[in-house]
Amino acid sequence: MSSTDTPGLPRFDVEPGALRHLAEAQMNVELDTGDMILNLGPQHPATHGTLRLVVRLDGERVIAADPVVGYMHRGYEKLTEFRTYPQITTLVNRIDWLSSFANEVPFVHAAELLMGVEAPPRARWIRTILTELSRIATFYLFLGEMGLQVGALTPAFWGFRDREHVLNLIEAATGGRFHPNFNRIGGLKDDLPRGWAAETRRAMQAILDGCDDFESILVGNEIFEARTRGIGIIPSDVGASYGVSGSNLRASGVDWDLRRDGRPYLAYPEIEFAVCTHTDGDAFARYWVRLQETRESARMVLRLLDGLPAGPIMAKVPRVIKVPEGEAWVETENPLGQMGYYVVSKGATGPFRVKIRSASFSNVSILPWLLRGAYVPDVVAILASLYFILGDIDR
Amino acid sequence: MADDEQQVGGETAEPLDPVVETLLERLYEELGDAVIDRAQMFGTPIVRVRAEAWRRAAEVAKTALACDYLSYVSGIDWQPAPREGAAAGADTSSPVQPTDMTFGLAGSAGRFQLVAHVQSTTRHWGITMKTDVDEAQPRALSWVPVYPGAEWHERECWEMFGITFDGHPALRHLYLPSEFEGHPLRKDFPLLARVVKPWPGLVDVESMPGDAGGDASDGESEA
Repeated sequence: MSSTDTPGLPRFDVEPGALRHLAEAQMNVELDTGDMILNLGPQHPATHGTLRLVVRLDGERVIAADPVVGYMHRGYEKLTEFRTYPQITTLVNRIDWLSSFANEVPFVHAAELLMGVEAPPRARWIRTILTELSRIATFYLFLGEMGLQVGALTPAFWGFRDREHVLNLIEAATGGRFHPNFNRIGGLKDDLPRGWAAETRRAMQAILDGCDDFESILVGNEIFEARTRGIGIIPSDVGASYGVSGSNLRASGVDWDLRRDGRPYLAYPEIEFAVCTHTDGDAFARYWVRLQETRESARMVLRLLDGLPAGPIMAKVPRVIKVPEGEAWVETENPLGQMGYYVVSKGATGPFRVKIRSASFSNVSILPWLLRGAYVPDVVAILASLYFILGDIDR
Repeated sequence: MADDEQQVGGETAEPLDPVVETLLERLYEELGDAVIDRAQMFGTPIVRVRAEAWRRAAEVAKTALACDYLSYVSGIDWQPAPREGAAAGADTSSPVQPTDMTFGLAGSAGRFQLVAHVQSTTRHWGITMKTDVDEAQPRALSWVPVYPGAEWHERECWEMFGITFDGHPALRHLYLPSEFEGHPLRKDFPLLARVVKPWPGLVDVESMPGDAGGDASDGESEA
């Protein structure tokens, strides 16, 4: 009736049958797999700022994800009501801080539409060149960064290194590396400096070579493809109904680019360029599309430099900018997607109301839908592949 | 108000773009007299629909107009911001707006309006829609069942303008902390930064310590 004695252990008197029963019961107990709440961020390297992602996990699988935004909300829509039109370009510079110049363009364009002013051809072409340079600067960071998020360190250094070429060009032309504030209602602050065009041609060649490097190290790389193919798939109809735009939507097979399909703006109707799409809609497709678009932008800059018209860079505008009563909606294809301003003017020196439609806001709002069922390591890859800037979400 | 009278009956000064005309015709066919007014904004049609037809308008836009893409949903407060007193937040630097309440394109019945823009990724057109919401009880039907992307836009609109969306899955704060009171984008909500520290305005120069005449008031002059 007694179990064997082990020295040093207390002695239990248990029936042998009962013990076996206990052991079997132990075997049949399932491991406790209650949901776990995991906080990604607000300071996670994959979030480019302060996006907090609350994910509920079942094991390694995401059951629900809830992005918490607003850590960087600066209330630009309210601030625009307290500023004059020329002052607002300084504000909108800081929405998507990687492509600041591209943020200024639609706002200035909206004011120009309402005033009936048109920027001279040379100003429009230079604006186009600087917009495309902003796109290259933005995408180059992505092309390197995306590798970093899935474990490839080298591309990140290449991305930062070669982006300098472009930032130097933007600085040389505008005086600001990140926040040019170069657009004026009716044109531009300055003409291009001497020698800038030749320097830009050289830099674009370096960018095109760099794209080949990215392609050779990542595209076709077994690890990179295993980490990015088939994850975070956005079907085209779901993406559109969430307002996902830009390269993210083109990677889902939607052939829609506002540079080509929107209301004609800048010099885009006058030059040739290709719009790249991919049918897969996964993280890899988004990488591939941005890689091709970087190349296309570099080629566009070369084409634009070839055809750069001469002439003035400012139209005649009054010293004090008063915008007549009216409303305008201007949307442009920014590096991160559709950026639009709905400007309501009541004839004053500042707008009555400005609705800022920023690309990342809608691109990120799909995350609860997109992350459901994903695995934790893929979450980071999906976040990186959507490519958002926090300032563009929070405004 | 001359602008409003001009648009009664749906007549605008500039001739309608053929695409705009097609879009408006299709919308009239589906919505009938739920469309109150229409206008054109540099090639983009604006229609103003009755509040009860707000969600129906989204459905029609998505099906009959092929507008599969939601650009934004937001609000407008047409009431001019107060310029004087505590409500203005001691602000003297902001641009002076007209003091009477006027409405924009396609008009409005009152202070608050919803405005949304949808687009077609295949046909490459877009349409802006407006609807009036009641000032005392601002509410409208949510667009989330039609465009799931409206969820965040409506959360933002709710916290910024105080417009409630019926049928929204989780109407909670998006940007602001959950204990925040007030609706910042309403015109009677002052810019708090200016309340805390009034904007210096044009004179933004403090006299330097050694300046002649500049430091007479501080009582430390040795002369």
